[in-house]
Amino acid sequence: MAAMFFVVTMALYFAATVSYLAYLLRPSEALSKVSLGMTAIGFTSHTIALVARMVGATDVSPPGFQEALSFVSWMLILVFLVVEYRHRLHVLGSFIVPLALVSLVSAAALPETVPTLTPMFHTLWVHITLSMLGTVGFAIAFVAGLMYLIQDGLLKSKRFNVLYSKLPALDFLDHLNQQSIVTGFPLLTLGIITGALSAEFSRGSYLNWNPEQTWAVVTWIFYFVVLMGRLTVGWRAKRAAYLTIIGFAGVILTLIGVVLKSHGPVS
Amino acid sequence: MHIVVVGLSHKTAPVEIREKLAVPESRMGEALTRLCSYQGVREGILLSTCNRVEVYAVVDEIEAGYGRIQDFLADAHLSLSSEQLTPHMYWHQGDRAISHLFRVASSLDSMIVGESQILGQIKEAFDVALTHKTTGIILNKVVKKAISVAKRVRTETKIAEMAVSVSYAAVELAKKIFSDLSEKTVLLVGAGEMAKLAARHFIASGVRHVRVTTRNPQHALELANRFGGIAVAFEEFREDMASADIVLVSTGAAHYLVSEDDVQRSIKQRMNRPMFLIDISVPRNIDPAVRHVDNAFLFDIDDLKARVEQNRGGRLQEAEKAERMVVDEVVIVRQWLQSLEVTPTIMALRMRVDDIKRAEVEKTLGRLANLSAPERELVEAMASSIVNKLIHNTMVTLKAEVNSSEGAAFVEAARRFFSLSDPAVSNVNGSASSASETGHSSQEDIRNTEEATPRAGSKMPDH
Repeated sequence: MAAMFFVVTMALYFAATVSYLAYLLRPSEALSKVSLGMTAIGFTSHTIALVARMVGATDVSPPGFQEALSFVSWMLILVFLVVEYRHRLHVLGSFIVPLALVSLVSAAALPETVPTLTPMFHTLWVHITLSMLGTVGFAIAFVAGLMYLIQDGLLKSKRFNVLYSKLPALDFLDHLNQQSIVTGFPLLTLGIITGALSAEFSRGSYLNWNPEQTWAVVTWIFYFVVLMGRLTVGWRAKRAAYLTIIGFAGVILTLIGVVLKSHGPVS
Repeated sequence: MHIVVVGLSHKTAPVEIREKLAVPESRMGEALTRLCSYQGVREGILLSTCNRVEVYAVVDEIEAGYGRIQDFLADAHLSLSSEQLTPHMYWHQGDRAISHLFRVASSLDSMIVGESQILGQIKEAFDVALTHKTTGIILNKVVKKAISVAKRVRTETKIAEMAVSVSYAAVELAKKIFSDLSEKTVLLVGAGEMAKLAARHFIASGVRHVRVTTRNPQHALELANRFGGIAVAFEEFREDMASADIVLVSTGAAHYLVSEDDVQRSIKQRMNRPMFLIDISVPRNIDPAVRHVDNAFLFDIDDLKARVEQNRGGRLQEAEKAERMVVDEVVIVRQWLQSLEVTPTIMALRMRVDDIKRAEVEKTLGRLANLSAPERELVEAMASSIVNKLIHNTMVTLKAEVNSSEGAAFVEAARRFFSLSDPAVSNVNGSASSASETGHSSQEDIRNTEEATPRAGSKMPDH
């Protein structure tokens, strides 16, 4: 049953992505309603699929990489729906829904992975959940940064097009960017600590510098610097937008590291 | 009974005429009472703004009504005769009068299409009319509807969002940089008219912190007082710029007052918080090179004008949407007005009771199968007699009140009591009319009545 709902979800997210991208270019408000409707139904179907899988699971083995990505996709849509509900920011869907779709499709396209660590006291569960929540935070920061740069560019070049009218104020995007990092960073920190603990329990070493761990540490340091820069010397606005976009690349590389670890030469 | 509007506006009359007709607020009540004292004028409301003076009224006869209202308007000013007014007036009745009111309320007839003041002015005019009881069932509904149409136009079209003046355009741009203007600070440099206007628009949009600087310190103080802000010494304003989120420059200086370095320094002091700089001066007072500074957004007068032009086009499109809404809403009001006419109501009432009678007689006779023909006739006659006696008074009252000032209210009441469907609905639904008037089950009636009751006072039936 879960598999069927996943397919339905993917189809709906795909349709919503197409319609949200069309919404970027057209002044039609109806398009945003249709897109939102499809996203909301897709989200419901996604929730059912996730619950069905959890109920159907025979053991308490920690989630594989697929499930983790699927969870990221679900969280992204959840955050979008909350922000949309509170701020009526339809255009956010044009950025987040495609990202959620990519995440979900990657989950389906990747071969099933088996966690490389032996679970101990559910620490792996905690590690994966926290890391993925951190990832969601950085993904939202990435989207906010991207929207910031677009709106900044439109204002600077004085191109007052449809996109300009749909994108929100710069300081709103900057605030969203900051909130996402402030929320995502502690989650990632805890995610890395629990990951290291899991590694210690099962392998006897906290850190063995595989691609996942290397990129995780690099990403962590990067976001730490970005956050400190913002709070102390005013790395906000355009600079913050650029930095969070770069930082998200680190997140992606870490996730690729996870895949490599399971399938590549490093294991 | 006819709805009419007689009046003049910025489109038909010069300000010299409009100002003579304008009725000050203090004399509004007296004027309304005088209006309704004219013979054949049943209800009236007077809208007097700087751009229009209009009387909406319910009159017995259209032509006579037009004449009396025009006399009323001319009477307000001794130096004007009714004839002198004629070339500047317009007269509409029925649908066109309603549609005119809806367009006025929605600001489609305003000098600046989409402005929001007019709605408030209509509400005030309505309040005065209510206080002096010069409106009745018809105008109450129509004016309330006009207010709701105007609100619908504002929420469902973008007509009000589009800035069509340079200073509005500046505010609109600022809202794309700062989501909440109330915590922002505006620095006004120089005292150019446009800049002052822009500053006023910013304050109206929520800005609470204003700083003013001009070459003449006395002048700066005066302006600061007027805007509820703080005066800043002209020599120091460049250093003070970092505290301003929005900088409005408009001086007579023939050279650049603000350089790229000044802005760069301010942005740095502000820890990269964005700055919005508006240069309304000609020649320009802010170095155009400021465009290259990150997080500083500079717009000059031409940029703002270009934005205004763009909006003007968009506003026309939105106005078309609004016009279509007005047409739809007028149809709804017309249907309601038709339902207030006496003859169709009497016919509907007759049909309604005949239907009930027929159904009940058939039911009873069905059970009493062994009655003889005369006996059957007797039963039928009794049913007819009961029904007729029951509705007799209603019929007589309706006919008697047809020409009284409360006629419409009686019709409305009769329609409610006997749950007569709206005759106009039949025009929309075609054949459904006979079905809805004849084929009701009693349960349906109860439901319809229940639905009708809560709406009683205030809302138009929405079809």
